[in-house]
Amino acid sequence: MELRKSYFADVRKDDLHEIGQGRPRLDSPGHVTGKTAFFADRNFPGMLHLKMVRSPHHHARIRSIDTSEAEKHPGVVKVLTARDVPHNVYTILILIQIGPEDETVLADGKVRWKGEAVVAVLAETERAAKEAAAKVKVDYEVLPAVFDMEEALKPGAPIVNEYHGQNYYLYDSGECRKVRFGDVEAGFAGADHVLEQSYQSSPIEHAPTETTGCVVMPEGNDRFTCYTNTQAMFFTLDNTSIILQMPGSKLHFVGGTVGGGFGGKVDVIVEPIAILGAKLTGRPVSFIYSREEEMQISSPRAAEKVVIKDGVMKDGRIIARKVTGYTDAGAYSRHSPYGAQKGAGHYPGPYTIPNVWIDTYCVYTNRTPSSAMRGFGVTIGDFALEVQMDKLARLIGMDPLEFRFINAYRDGDMKAHRQPTEGAALIECMQEASRAANWPVAEKYMAMSSYKKEA
Amino acid sequence: MALALQTFPTVRDANAALKVAGTRYLGGGTLVVRAANEGDVAVSGLVRSTDPALSAVEIADGRVRIGASVTMAAIARHAELGALAKAARAVGGPAVRNMATVGGNLFAPAPYGDFAVALLALDAMVSTDDGELPVETFLGGRDNSRAIVTSVSFALPKDDGFRFLKVSRIKPKGVSVLSIAVVLEQAGNGTISSARIALGCMADRPVRARAAEKALLGKTLDPNGIAAALGAAGEGTSPITDPIASAWYRAEVLPVHLGRLLLS
Amino acid sequence: MAKVPVQFTLNGSEKAEFVDSGTTLLNALRDKIGDTSPKGGCQQGTCGACSVIVDGELRLSCLTLAETCNGAAITTTSGLAEGGVLHPLQRAFLDTFATQCGFCTPGMIMAAKVLLDHTPNPSREDVVEALSGNICRCTGYEPIIQAVLTAARANSQSAA
Repeated sequence: MELRKSYFADVRKDDLHEIGQGRPRLDSPGHVTGKTAFFADRNFPGMLHLKMVRSPHHHARIRSIDTSEAEKHPGVVKVLTARDVPHNVYTILILIQIGPEDETVLADGKVRWKGEAVVAVLAETERAAKEAAAKVKVDYEVLPAVFDMEEALKPGAPIVNEYHGQNYYLYDSGECRKVRFGDVEAGFAGADHVLEQSYQSSPIEHAPTETTGCVVMPEGNDRFTCYTNTQAMFFTLDNTSIILQMPGSKLHFVGGTVGGGFGGKVDVIVEPIAILGAKLTGRPVSFIYSREEEMQISSPRAAEKVVIKDGVMKDGRIIARKVTGYTDAGAYSRHSPYGAQKGAGHYPGPYTIPNVWIDTYCVYTNRTPSSAMRGFGVTIGDFALEVQMDKLARLIGMDPLEFRFINAYRDGDMKAHRQPTEGAALIECMQEASRAANWPVAEKYMAMSSYKKEA
Repeated sequence: MALALQTFPTVRDANAALKVAGTRYLGGGTLVVRAANEGDVAVSGLVRSTDPALSAVEIADGRVRIGASVTMAAIARHAELGALAKAARAVGGPAVRNMATVGGNLFAPAPYGDFAVALLALDAMVSTDDGELPVETFLGGRDNSRAIVTSVSFALPKDDGFRFLKVSRIKPKGVSVLSIAVVLEQAGNGTISSARIALGCMADRPVRARAAEKALLGKTLDPNGIAAALGAAGEGTSPITDPIASAWYRAEVLPVHLGRLLLS
Repeated sequence: MAKVPVQFTLNGSEKAEFVDSGTTLLNALRDKIGDTSPKGGCQQGTCGACSVIVDGELRLSCLTLAETCNGAAITTTSGLAEGGVLHPLQRAFLDTFATQCGFCTPGMIMAAKVLLDHTPNPSREDVVEALSGNICRCTGYEPIIQAVLTAARANSQSAA
């Protein structure tokens, strides 16, 4: 790797010892010898296997649940329903005061997405647990479901989640997160061109090679050791403590070794119910998603829709940008209120625009709850923004890279959400990209700097 | 109920054991063990036979008989089955090919079963202890088939007479968008005198493209000559929709890929 | 439940266990014998994380029943290092940063070992084909391909 030291030469120190050096990963020797201990590599005598009975419907009222046949099935040790869970209704971000609690560990009276957990079966073998799960009888009254965000926001749409009461997350700012900067309508009125486009994406599954799961060992001292592949150790421990109404001191989480996460393992899904199973049976419990569950049940990246309206001048300046973003949370919040909010902060992108209006909605639908994935809240937005930038450049007949130089934010510029820009390096990155991609731009752009404005 | 395996030295004894409800035949395991792993509790017993005839490949008088337990890897490396190597290599990755068998491929639901597509174009015969059936008839009734397949046989295609194409989104290995196998014979003047075209993923099991076959007769292998066949390629098909592709997409791209294969 | 005996050599050592009939080789190795180097990623034969070598052939242990391996010689990634010295493939995977989360690594190394056992000087295409049944979600494959080519070079140099 080449370190180009001409950039920021007068403000940087050149005493770097690690940057640019190859250093062996500390975990690799374990990986190449097969010795790295993933959670599922723990196997304890007498371990029970947990299988989940899941909703076959997108939206339904549960009239009754009959577990009697499953309980009689050979090898079954325990069958859990909502009433076994001490604090069944939770939401993970309650730890940072983002409520209300809106999700059930095991469905209680209603299911809101196809695949929702309803009944947990613990048995001596995986096979017995699967067979018994097939014997659980759930009587459903199927309800109308809504899968499209804009349909969900219309008056009269089926209410997905009663804990919210409407199909959007109610921020303290109202039905959406809002950024208001300058006068966007005046900007459009004074623009040479106005371009409005909409962009949308489908949910994306992380598909880690190791599926989500945990192994729980009840210890002799009334504590529970939970071997887990969560990406959010203490989030999970604290939420488990709330759900099980159990002091955190009784929970010992062992993790950090994750067979691929990419954001897909930050929700609190398998640990509380597995620990509850271990508590109620006194036996070690293993709860590991099948590949089908990993693909269909674990939360994906949210589907998003982004509508961007820009006012642009012939000389290349964007003078107004209005963005409406929709994030499909699915049936429950998980991390999506935060993702949608992050989107509001991220727009209008790394560009200095004097008039900005942003609304981002976190919308509930009867789809698989979505959550974190690699830059969630900004990745799809960046796709939309940069396609829009190319379209704008084409509209005014300008080179797309030069167009970005003109609008790039630089130190001292005020961002739409009123954080002054500091430590920007976009200009320099584009200069390097111009060289590396052999995409030349005019000399005046190559002479620009993120922190020194031309006279 | 656990999943118990019974092993028999003869196909006859294995066939008798297969009569028990919930019992399935274990070939390479890539279908039936997979189903059990994914929670198919209807599979309660497995039966297999170690009869050496199931693993034999016999070639005589231009005809080949391949035992049902012969793996895709064994076909791909067999010196005299070079024409079929491409179709055998289309199945799975190296480990799957070391396990997946000719017999099992006849039962693989779309989008799997690429080798069965080749067998359909080759007009193979499928043998069981009950007798022989043309592969097309066998595939049509496979859901109710209980007799163990012992072998498949077919006339070895002449040089360049057999063409095979698997279209997938991931290279070099991926699940089929579709697969196409073609067996052509050309008259001395270059016109097509006989054509058999088999398609994978264009229904829940391999199917013949008879309208396209008919449209090729008497034509030459050039863009004009094959145009009518390409137009008729999708006739009578009902492509599957799965995470790899929609039925609409498969129907749209079929003529494109068939055209490339015919002109290759 | 009917137990059946399974007996094979694992990385050169004799192993014998009783397992439930129908137990996969993957579960027998991991839960009974204690070799957790093969991983269960999909149990469908799609990801290759469970790959092991049975009598010189690459197999998916999740789709292979343990009782069909009686008398076989089985190799797993945990048995490759000799006397604390890493196998050239293991060394190359370290040196070329071919591991990230590490979950696919044991299966990748098995697939690569079978390749190099039969084809000591593989082309890049040979390597891609040999690894085509193994899924990695972290690296983008390029460092893994480089690792296998590096190990092949190291082998041919030490043989020369």
